[in-house]
Amino acid sequence: MSTKIDFSSKFKLANYISVILFSISVMFILFKGLNYGIDFKGGTLIELRADNSNVNVSEIRSSLNSLNLGDVNVKEFGKSGDYLIKVEQKTDNNNKLIPLIKKNLKERLNAEINFRRVENVGPKVSSELLQSGIIAISLSLAAMLFYIWIRFEWQFSVGSIVALFHDVIITVGIFSILSLEVNLSIIAAVLTIVGYSMNDTVVIYDRIRENLNKYTKLNIGETSNLSINETLSRTIITSLTTLLALVSIYVLGGEILKGFSFAMILGVIIGTYSSIFVAAPVLKFFKVSYKTLEKNEDKIIP
Amino acid sequence: MLNFSKINIIIIYLIFLFISFFSILNLQNEESLFINKKVNLGLDLQGGSYLLLEINSDPLVKEKIQSKVIPLKKLLKENNINYSNFKIDEKKLSFDVSDPEKFELLFFSKNDNLVNPYIDNYNSHELTLEKTNDTINISFSKYGLLNINNSALKQSIEIVRRRIDDVGTKEPTILQRGEKRILVELPGLKDPERIKNLLGKTAQLNFRLVSDNNEFGTEKLVSEIGESLNVSKRIIMSGDNLVEAQPNVNNQTNGPTVSFSLDRLGAQKFGRATSDNVGKRLAIILDGKVISAPTINEPITSGSGIISGNFTFQEATDLALLLRSGALPTPLEVVEERTVGPDLGEDSIKSGVISLIVGFALVILFMLYKYKIFGLIANLTLIANLTMLIGVLTILEATLTLPGIAGIILTVGMAVDANVLIFERIKEELKTEKSIIHAFHIGYTKAKVTVLDANITTLIAAVILFAFGSGPVKGFAITLGIGIVTTLFSAYFLARHLTSLIVLNKKEGRVNL
Repeated sequence: MSTKIDFSSKFKLANYISVILFSISVMFILFKGLNYGIDFKGGTLIELRADNSNVNVSEIRSSLNSLNLGDVNVKEFGKSGDYLIKVEQKTDNNNKLIPLIKKNLKERLNAEINFRRVENVGPKVSSELLQSGIIAISLSLAAMLFYIWIRFEWQFSVGSIVALFHDVIITVGIFSILSLEVNLSIIAAVLTIVGYSMNDTVVIYDRIRENLNKYTKLNIGETSNLSINETLSRTIITSLTTLLALVSIYVLGGEILKGFSFAMILGVIIGTYSSIFVAAPVLKFFKVSYKTLEKNEDKIIP
Repeated sequence: MLNFSKINIIIIYLIFLFISFFSILNLQNEESLFINKKVNLGLDLQGGSYLLLEINSDPLVKEKIQSKVIPLKKLLKENNINYSNFKIDEKKLSFDVSDPEKFELLFFSKNDNLVNPYIDNYNSHELTLEKTNDTINISFSKYGLLNINNSALKQSIEIVRRRIDDVGTKEPTILQRGEKRILVELPGLKDPERIKNLLGKTAQLNFRLVSDNNEFGTEKLVSEIGESLNVSKRIIMSGDNLVEAQPNVNNQTNGPTVSFSLDRLGAQKFGRATSDNVGKRLAIILDGKVISAPTINEPITSGSGIISGNFTFQEATDLALLLRSGALPTPLEVVEERTVGPDLGEDSIKSGVISLIVGFALVILFMLYKYKIFGLIANLTLIANLTMLIGVLTILEATLTLPGIAGIILTVGMAVDANVLIFERIKEELKTEKSIIHAFHIGYTKAKVTVLDANITTLIAAVILFAFGSGPVKGFAITLGIGIVTTLFSAYFLARHLTSLIVLNKKEGRVNL
């Protein structure tokens, strides 16, 4: 029943695709940048619900004009009547503006306004949040590297880290290309992607290591092929159940979780792809064989 | 791997039942709590306000360094050290001295040093000095600054707590965050503006005499009604001596007022000052602004008084509250604020629960379709896994947030991975292995390492997220992390036992996997 797909012959093509996607992502991140939310840029966010369908985006925007708020972003948010207003950070803390904005909206809009969510992040806090987000992601990458280093040979560490960078950069790159908002929950998603991608890579690596010892005559390309095929149904089933859960959050979980679940969906797809087409080829590149394993007898081999 | 001793089975199910029991506690009626433990809802789910306040100790440092001037000059005089060019800066004092070595010795003496006390906790003096030729610069040492900051922070937390308790919101959380910040969580609060207003005022109250002309030692202040007054810098009495303050209504004018009473020391000071200055005007100053400046008609020795000013009843109530709770040592700034209305919270719970149910159902159907009877086992353990996850959250009285619910759903999707890994391995073994029992045994043994490896990586990510994440994101890390542990338990004990029941009873024939 086990599949016999020749993955290793497609490694080269896949690697070209990966390199192109990766480069495009890096370019976008560097030159276009990311659309940071108020968590990381500072500023004010107001989610409101108007009971009157006459209210629209331009009306909200014009009713805020007199306040001279600078860059104001107004958009519909989920259900009709729900709007999200974002006000950029001023040099001064915005929090004194909030009552003014609320008052203005209440007076000028011809509707009952319910303020469902108000958030304000000052400039100091936002830069700290960004910093701790970057530290958290770097630390998790380092921890993964360390874990793989004690569990496997160095070639495997390199392979898994290359795969991780591939997944994280391309996911973030897609956020840059689509101008999707990057906020705290995206950091959480990226960290989970790191965990998931690693999980997927480890399963295939475990099998490659086992098979290297079992079939010493096969070269690494053939071993990778065999191992990927043997674990393929698990890879697909787990990705599917995880995606089922994520799509359910994306569709039904409400507006607040949309960005998070979208990032996770991207990450799971890219992570699954990278375990097969990025992590395994790295081992081929290093010409890993059962001899590589023998040199590292001290490693914990099951 | 398929043989369980009776005692093992009992232990496994006892652990399962014990932990699951706690998940049921969440269904308790609010009024009749059997055991007072349940999962708390985060502010994003129940609605409420989150405020992060930051103290700014700079004005305090300035004030403290100025207070060193008189004792310092006294020290110089008493020891016959000539000085010149005395300058007071924002954060330092500087002057030229005739004998720098002698001064340094005195400055760093550890005994009865009134100018520069020695802080035992830090093994350091409060002040430090820098010498360039004969010029001496004095500023607070690193630990002196820390000391000022820490005591200001502690005091601020206390005052913030008093003010919030006085307003009467339910179950507020007030915690120190780092070296300069105070975290305030106010569940159920829809609009934090009043609290923000109350916390935004230091409420330093003092009483000073009004002078007829701008003689030395006075400053010009403008009162609330726009009158320009020369007010003496000497403080007769400050808000520290206040023991009680209440809003009132003046019988004659019907205007709101605040009545106050003083402690014994305050009453004495106030009595003396008012006796000596009958006919003069007394300025009542709050945070540098003159609220009112009534004329002293007669000595006030009773230790109580009334502040009337140009305010509404709400303002009088707030002023009384501020005076009762005491002054903040330094201004507070709201550096982060997040408020969620109760209806958005409800909507979030609703959509979270719906997506959980749908995600759960999809995964269960898929597993049933894919693995038949063993899918059923995987599903049963998935349900057990969920009740245990909620049970652990209850035991820890963890806070469930919207991302936390997402973490639970994600756990549902990822939890089956352990069983899938095992089942797939068994399938492979069944191809070469004749004995079913043996195939299951090998399958479980070989998959164990992979399952552990795979889950530890996700656990690492969850732990780091917990350490660095804030608020709602922390909630996600908690559910994800606990989910991994319960997943391992349910796959390796519960599912394995259930599997063994089927396999051991079916010694011959085929297994439909």
